[in-house]
Amino acid sequence: MFYREAGDFHTSYPSDNQTFPIRLDRYRYYAVLAVAFGVIPFLINDYWANAILLPFLIYSIAAIGLNILVGYCGQVSLGTGGFMAVGAYACYKFMTGLDIWLPTGPEGEYVRYALPEINIFFSVLLAGVVTAAVTVLFGLPSLRIKGFYLAVATLAAQFFLVWMFNRVAWFYNYSASGQINAPERGFLGIPVTGPATEAWATYLFCLIFTVGAAILARNLTRGTIGRTWMAIRDMDIAAEIIGVNPMRAKLTAFAVSGFLVGVSGALFFAVYLGAVEVGEVFGITKSFLVLFMIIIGGLGSIFGSFAGAAFLVLLPVFLKLLGVDLLGFPTDIVAHMQLIIVGALIVIFLIMEPHGLAQLWRVAKEKLRLWPFPH
Amino acid sequence: MLDQTEGYVTEDGRQIGGVVMEMKNITLRFGGVVAIKDISFDIREGEIRAIIGPNGAGKSSMLNVISGFYIPQEGEVWFRGSKRPPTRPYEVAQQGIARTFQNIALFEGMSVLDNVMTGRLTQMKSSIFHQALWRGKAEAEETANREIAEKIIDFLEIQHIRKTPVARLPYGLKKRVELARALAAEPKLLLLDEPMAGMNVEEKEDMCRFILDVNDEFGTTIALIEHDMGVVMDLSDRVVVMDYGKKIGDGTPDEVRANQEVIDAYLGVSHD
Repeated sequence: MFYREAGDFHTSYPSDNQTFPIRLDRYRYYAVLAVAFGVIPFLINDYWANAILLPFLIYSIAAIGLNILVGYCGQVSLGTGGFMAVGAYACYKFMTGLDIWLPTGPEGEYVRYALPEINIFFSVLLAGVVTAAVTVLFGLPSLRIKGFYLAVATLAAQFFLVWMFNRVAWFYNYSASGQINAPERGFLGIPVTGPATEAWATYLFCLIFTVGAAILARNLTRGTIGRTWMAIRDMDIAAEIIGVNPMRAKLTAFAVSGFLVGVSGALFFAVYLGAVEVGEVFGITKSFLVLFMIIIGGLGSIFGSFAGAAFLVLLPVFLKLLGVDLLGFPTDIVAHMQLIIVGALIVIFLIMEPHGLAQLWRVAKEKLRLWPFPH
Repeated sequence: MLDQTEGYVTEDGRQIGGVVMEMKNITLRFGGVVAIKDISFDIREGEIRAIIGPNGAGKSSMLNVISGFYIPQEGEVWFRGSKRPPTRPYEVAQQGIARTFQNIALFEGMSVLDNVMTGRLTQMKSSIFHQALWRGKAEAEETANREIAEKIIDFLEIQHIRKTPVARLPYGLKKRVELARALAAEPKLLLLDEPMAGMNVEEKEDMCRFILDVNDEFGTTIALIEHDMGVVMDLSDRVVVMDYGKKIGDGTPDEVRANQEVIDAYLGVSHD
């Protein structure tokens, strides 16, 4: 009743292969895009941008990236935090001018040679490319090991990368604090990083990347590459027998996943936080947070990545609203309660619906097709 | 060079061509166990070739040698007139050999259509960047290959379950989907590992019809392993019989049926 697909016929394969084959879905998608680009920028304020929309958009990119690796290709990764850090630091180096020091001074002193500073938009993209390369490097063990063992190997990446960004001063441009701070940079003349940004500008900047990431991921997963990933995930022996090169399939998944995670790390640092201390921001908890997002949202689903990100971003905000503002509990108690409730909800969720929010959504659509008539 | 003789004409009047695949003195060992012992046979263009034998005779090992899972310690594999070096299974697939498995090896999380489309992989050449944008070559390629996949879906009469996730299908249909996936590759040689295992009579009849149709319509060369003797004798043009890793018979079904060694292997014989 609510969800009509009657009368929706396809007469060509391209039309059947669309992202949203059902007309109602398609219109809803356009409507969401129209609201996101045309309405929200006029209504947004700093609270909405910083508490809800920016983290949601940025975590969505990371969740889509991780979902490609874990949900579509079946390779478990616990290194997301470390890979986001790679994106953040790469973006920092590109936006402040990538430098090398060479002993070419008159008395063999080291002299700094630097690239010109790169526009923030391209810095973010390049950060994604660098992260893709690093992720592929740490994905190499996947050619030999699977499952939990691979997870442990990627865990090593997590700790190694955080250690490296803490130790090697070149990465944070030798700043005394060991932090990286995003200087003010603009895109098309509008500042999107640094202290003097407007909420709508940062929101739109992130939205462009999020929409791009979703379209990229959707196109890849519905085509040939996506099928090779899923084939490897479902049965790697059979995949190989019908011509999937397992090395290529796994490493492309690591690369695409790394690219998206890197972009999200870059945005997280440059646009959302503005200053980063690597151990705090990109620690192991971040890896687990993004992993929870895709497990709760639904493995192997782009929509699930969005749903999971929204769930874990909104839940603390909602609990704080409920606890502090409505019920008047002290803030610290609510903060602790938050941890307990989020944890309990995750456990309950996994028992009740192991396939995540995306599956709930599919079931709901299935029901709405027939409602209110049972047959 | 290989013996490229003319071939022969089957009882039902089909012309069988030259040698497609030749196994020469294949020996395969797992540690001390000799799974295949000095076996030679050939598969000719357009024929249905059966490999039979009691349990543990080494039939599946033989198929695994052909499809590149096992590298034999001794012997040569010749495919379409040239000797094949030790090859990874996906390279074997790219050369045009497709197969099905004894225990169904479908991609359970994907729809029937996606499974069949995966069979077209070796023909899909567009780069990851084209695919990411879903423009130009990638979309054209997707549509062209979809058409071929749909033809095979039509052929095997599984249109109605096209978009159903494979995990939801009953056993008989899964077997058919697996055949569809192998056929989608338009193989030059199709290997079927017990295509009728665990089926009831009706499903077996359907499967026999499909195998004959495939051979007839596409001229696909088929090598199959099967336990149902009735099926084997009906379907196949020539039969290889294995027992304990050795070849004990090779010829038309009638010849094999009359072979004393084969009868002994199947019915048992006292060894004193």
